[in-house]
Amino acid sequence: MSEHATLAGVTRVYPARAGHGAVHALGPVDLSLRSGEFFSVVGPSGCGKSTLLEVLAGLAQPTEGVVRFEDRAVRGEVPEGVGVVFQEDASFPWLSVADNVAFGLRRAGLPDAEIRERVDYALKFMGLVDFRGAYPAQLSGGMRQRVCIARTLVLRPRLILLDEPFGALDAQTRLLMGDELLKLWRETGATVLLITHALDEAAMLSDRIAVMSARPGKLIEILDTGWPRERDSRIAGEDDFGHITGHLWKLLRGESLKSLGMEAAS
Amino acid sequence: MSKLGWWRLGVVGGAVLVLEILCRTGVIDRFTMIPPTEMVAALWRLLLAGELNRDIAQTLSNVALAFVLAVTGGFFLGLGIHAWPRLRRVVDPFLATYYAVPFFVFYPILIVIFGMNDLPIVVIGFLFAVVAMIINTLNGLDRIPRVLLKTARVYRMNPLATALKIKLPAAALHLFAGAKLAVAYAFIGVIASEFILSASGLGYAIAYAYNNFNNEKMYALMLFIILLVTAINMSFYVWEQALVRRWGRG
Repeated sequence: MSEHATLAGVTRVYPARAGHGAVHALGPVDLSLRSGEFFSVVGPSGCGKSTLLEVLAGLAQPTEGVVRFEDRAVRGEVPEGVGVVFQEDASFPWLSVADNVAFGLRRAGLPDAEIRERVDYALKFMGLVDFRGAYPAQLSGGMRQRVCIARTLVLRPRLILLDEPFGALDAQTRLLMGDELLKLWRETGATVLLITHALDEAAMLSDRIAVMSARPGKLIEILDTGWPRERDSRIAGEDDFGHITGHLWKLLRGESLKSLGMEAAS
Repeated sequence: MSKLGWWRLGVVGGAVLVLEILCRTGVIDRFTMIPPTEMVAALWRLLLAGELNRDIAQTLSNVALAFVLAVTGGFFLGLGIHAWPRLRRVVDPFLATYYAVPFFVFYPILIVIFGMNDLPIVVIGFLFAVVAMIINTLNGLDRIPRVLLKTARVYRMNPLATALKIKLPAAALHLFAGAKLAVAYAFIGVIASEFILSASGLGYAIAYAYNNFNNEKMYALMLFIILLVTAINMSFYVWEQALVRRWGRG
């Protein structure tokens, strides 16, 4: 498989400010995403996972190193073909669900018929058809996040970056959203990078999982899950699933303690 | 209407009734004030006769111009100040103390600069209103969730598109608060200017009626202005509440 996006020697240091010194948030990180894979990054809280995503998306500049997407350098601007879903609710409260989903398509100046077709498809895909005229304030947090995913999906991004998109949802909803994400990934053929702190989510969804250290975040290990492309949340019952989460936790326990300011007991 | 709303209406109605009684019984003499019912009747006659149409049109167009300039200018100035934190730290105290300066005293300078016409009147209305709009724009922009601005960058929007398609609607409810103040301030600025700077307009008409002991006309005009400003503010309020219901609290 070919390389779709790469980080080479990327670091991110937040400059010193009044009250605190410079913060070394990330890296150096070398990472290469293969075309069409589902890649997750797990790590202790505050380890720079979101910084990694922002640098890759072009939302933040790397202090050192090079970011490339489809053989072009990414510098301070989100490249065409990249979609991002954030952890926080990013739906536009002043637009109806359908208008939220159509937002990017209208900006791209697509013909009305095509916009309608793509929006209808995305609404159906995300189970939002009955809410197309509703406003985000009338929806639950999970539904609003689905609006954001639909809004990203309609633009048919070739690289989808997800920053803990289900962080605010309960465990059951998260598993079901994971299924929808897998379906979306298979149908679009896009490359997916998922940032998460939930080990089970990473283990269930990913082709490969990178484990990050406590700050400054570096990749400790990249692990192949070996799952078939056709999969859903039911693999949570398989032996391998337990092995993978067990292994992830073994790697992460020490790092998580470090990030809490405690030393590993053994 | 809510129970509280009826009570409030009752307070206003009661005050008007007391005033009516005081005027009718002669406790307040006719030279000081005419009864409210006579104000209404006088206003009705004035409007039917149409003798004030020119003054009304002039004042309203001056207020409208000052208001539109203040709201658009205030929004874009607010955007600029917000985008430039250093500038903001410099001008913050000036904005905060702006209304402490009785800048009305500068009206002779405005006449020197703009001449004896409607322009200094509009400028004073604008100066009164614009800072309320700037302050509320800054307030609104401060409260836009960062994730919406990141989303704008994901959509590769330029600064102008981000301002109009994201920041403007995201801050809309705060901008409404600014616009409501701007209406009131634009009226104050324009009418007060007409008292002293003009030979026409509602402010001038009130001053003229006052100087000629024409209480009927003076009170009718005051009533007209109060009713007008209240109606404008209420329509803003209704519009704002409709948005709040639909969008949730901003």
